[in-house]
Amino acid sequence: MAGGFAEAGADLELQGITKRFPGFTAIEDLTLTIPAGSFFALLGPSGCGKTTTLRLVAGLEDPTEGRILIGGKDVTDTKPYQRPVNTVFQSYALFPHMTVLENVAFGLRRRGISDPVGKAHEALRLVELDHVAQRKPAQLSGGQQQRVALARAVVNRPALLLLDEPLGALDLKLRRQMQLELKDIQADVGLTFLHVTHDQEEAMTMADTVAVMNKGEIEQMGAPEELYELPRTAFVANFLGQSNLFTGSVIASQGDLLTVDIAGRKLALPRQRAQRHAGEVTIGIRPEKLILHTTAPVEAAGTNIVGPGRVTDVSFTGVSTQYQVAVPGLGQVTVFAQNMVFGPVVNVGAEVWLTWTADHTFGIADDPATGPRFEPDTDTKTIALERRERLEAELDEA
Amino acid sequence: MQSIARFFARYTIWIYAALAFTFILVPIVYTIIFSFNDSRRSNIEWRGFTLDKWIYLCDNQGVCQAFANSILVGVVATVLATTLGTMIAIALVRYRFRFRGATTLLLFLPMATPEVVLGAGLAAEFLTAGVPKSALTVILAHTMFCISFVVVTVRARVASLDPALEEAGRDLYASPSQVFVRVTFPLLLPGIMAAALLSFALSFDDFIITNFNSGPFTTFPKYLYTAASRGLPAEANVVASAVFFLAIVLVITAQVASAARRKRLAAQ
Amino acid sequence: MAFGAFTTTAAAPVEAAPRRKSRVALLLLLPGLAYLALFFLVPLVSLIITSLQTRVQGGELGEFEAGFNLAVYGQVIGNYGPHILRSFGYALAATIFALLFSYPLAYFLGVTLRRYPLLQALGLTLVIAPFFISFLLRTLAWKQILSDEGIVLGTLKSLSVIPPDAHVTGTAGAVIFGLAYNFIPFMTLPIYTSLERLDLRYVEAGGDLYASPARTFLSVTLPLSAPGVISGTLLTFIPAAGDYVNASNAFLGSPDTAMIGNAIESNFLTQQNYPVAASLSIILMASILVLVAVYVRRSGTEDLV
Repeated sequence: MAGGFAEAGADLELQGITKRFPGFTAIEDLTLTIPAGSFFALLGPSGCGKTTTLRLVAGLEDPTEGRILIGGKDVTDTKPYQRPVNTVFQSYALFPHMTVLENVAFGLRRRGISDPVGKAHEALRLVELDHVAQRKPAQLSGGQQQRVALARAVVNRPALLLLDEPLGALDLKLRRQMQLELKDIQADVGLTFLHVTHDQEEAMTMADTVAVMNKGEIEQMGAPEELYELPRTAFVANFLGQSNLFTGSVIASQGDLLTVDIAGRKLALPRQRAQRHAGEVTIGIRPEKLILHTTAPVEAAGTNIVGPGRVTDVSFTGVSTQYQVAVPGLGQVTVFAQNMVFGPVVNVGAEVWLTWTADHTFGIADDPATGPRFEPDTDTKTIALERRERLEAELDEA
Repeated sequence: MQSIARFFARYTIWIYAALAFTFILVPIVYTIIFSFNDSRRSNIEWRGFTLDKWIYLCDNQGVCQAFANSILVGVVATVLATTLGTMIAIALVRYRFRFRGATTLLLFLPMATPEVVLGAGLAAEFLTAGVPKSALTVILAHTMFCISFVVVTVRARVASLDPALEEAGRDLYASPSQVFVRVTFPLLLPGIMAAALLSFALSFDDFIITNFNSGPFTTFPKYLYTAASRGLPAEANVVASAVFFLAIVLVITAQVASAARRKRLAAQ
Repeated sequence: MAFGAFTTTAAAPVEAAPRRKSRVALLLLLPGLAYLALFFLVPLVSLIITSLQTRVQGGELGEFEAGFNLAVYGQVIGNYGPHILRSFGYALAATIFALLFSYPLAYFLGVTLRRYPLLQALGLTLVIAPFFISFLLRTLAWKQILSDEGIVLGTLKSLSVIPPDAHVTGTAGAVIFGLAYNFIPFMTLPIYTSLERLDLRYVEAGGDLYASPARTFLSVTLPLSAPGVISGTLLTFIPAAGDYVNASNAFLGSPDTAMIGNAIESNFLTQQNYPVAASLSIILMASILVLVAVYVRRSGTEDLV
């Protein structure tokens, strides 16, 4: 049993964690250190293994291989109720047969902490829900339930707080509000937060460090800005925000500048921002870094130019306008232009050139997968057969 | 013309339902009315209204004794069946084990077996084992056929339990036994209560299996059967009507309570 | 109360956690399963053994010794053939009538009354109400209501609608009527459960796709309520086949309407001819298992338990 409250957050160390389920491997050789007191986000698409990682840390699953250390102590073989870890579940998992107050006091009572009721009230005041202490969870709204779940976890002052996509069920406005509140609480109380989510905006807003996870492995980890402005793989480049990726060969390498030939155009990028320095490379530029020109721009050092191309789509999104530009040899290029004036800067069919500062270019380590635009539909027969096989497997098991 | 047709089309089902309910209630109303009959030995002809049978119910000792016996058997069998059945239900939903198919079959078969077969079989077994028929054999028999129904009822409830709730319990420092006592069991309780009520109702109303396995011991349904050919006293009607009213009151109270609770939750 | 059993699956489906493998499972299962093995399986075996016993030479009534008299089955089928056929015939007829009666009622409760939850609860209570009065009394009540000079027949006879010597009780019709009546709740509740969960948007989709109300009912509603219909017919047919109260002399039947159950009862309790009673039981059980297996296989089924 974890004794007393943690004074502050603790380090989390995952060493060589592998988790295999019958039929597939969820996590392959994961090694990760989360420093104490930080707000860490584990970001990735569904099925990438992030929730499994969370459950391993909580003790709700056992790793097939590897060790887990919290605050330097090996907790791999301990049960969940023995670890100084608390979880805010995606579905909140508030006990429906207890009042809000009893829910929050539950962990305190199990650990024999003195004055559980007083401390529970304190935690509820922290999330501004002390006035509903006597209600049952079913009588609260989604946002209120989420805050109670948070209070129930935080009241135990765990060394490590795990959040499993806790904001998924909230509407946009409430989600934004809760993101700020969570950040405040974390900073106030000084706990280590491990937040699992598939929402990249959420991860970048709240976390000090973001790790992007794909197919059981961490592709890149670092501060949000670092990941966004310098993605190292095509997956990260496309998962965090949008990217324009172009493939070409390196034709020159002088000093700290690389020059890449893409469809006849010579584009430059700083050597430090490139993962590969020779041969076929893929470079990228974020859509908001591109500038539209309606006349051929003048060549200048430190500026990359592509074009001319034709505008194929204009979409108004409130803050910005998105343009799709078809550039021969490059394909479709996406441009975000902040709406400084009313109306689009150019219309569909216009001939435009695109420029950007070379320093903003990044070079990734792999190639974008050249898959088709839509996954080819499986025909109905195959779907039916797959479904039947699955049912038969279930029946066999049962 | 069309509007008349449409009227009927809309309300046909209501009219049907009204007639159907009336039909269903006919023997019940008949039984209740005849509990007030000033009958002598048989309760077939109406002789006059009286409350005597209700007031002096246990003057007819046979009826009261049989009724008490039924209650006794019902309570004991319910406790046993609910305990054994709940354990099985939890195991079925939560755990992996071999021979799942055979287990499910063993649970399903008693519900699919005609009561005569169950009754005769148990009687044969008791005969072979030399166990005399008594209250004990009746209780053993009732427990047996109630277990399957308890499993079905509780199993549905266990399956609908959100596993995240128990995980939250473990996450919040509760040991496995504490999780069961403080989280799992309270949430299962409504299902267990429903199973217990179902079990009691089945046991109380059982005749065929009891008939084969009771020997000199008489339960209320058995009393009714043996008295039927001689002539049923009105006291039997009284007991049945009392049980009926009690059950109706319980059901209506439960419905009103849950409706009130729902209203209170919605108003918050 | 009793409809807890039939309406328990109204809760929203929850993603199940993967099952754990643990010795606790054995601890939980063993007591109950051992009990069932002892008081269900062993009796069945007992029945088989008993059916093969032979009468002790010169022994008293009810004395038998272990034997292997397979011939008894042949004798029993020969003697009680009509009983067997009658049982299944009555049970089938009763099931059909119960189905025809109960389906519209279940539809009324599960679909029409969805907008009035209080009326729905009241309706369910009325359907289950018969449960609360012992079925022996219910059947006895019908016997007296349908008796030769009772309310129904007496009135009809005095109005010369039917001949003065007509009788209802003691006929096959009365037995079937009694069986059907007693199993109405068993038929109505499973169908109600199925229909209650019916997503009416399917019905709307049918109408949107040019199907008439009748067509929609046949192509959409009926198939979707099939699980309930299957449960209901099984829950009615199986007990009905083995029933003997309705067919007994003291209630709605006569010696001419005796079913298997009556034969088993009389052989076991009165004549103490245990082998005959036991073999009849085995025959009944085997036939039902075969019929149910065929029926269930043809109609397809998910978990019945």
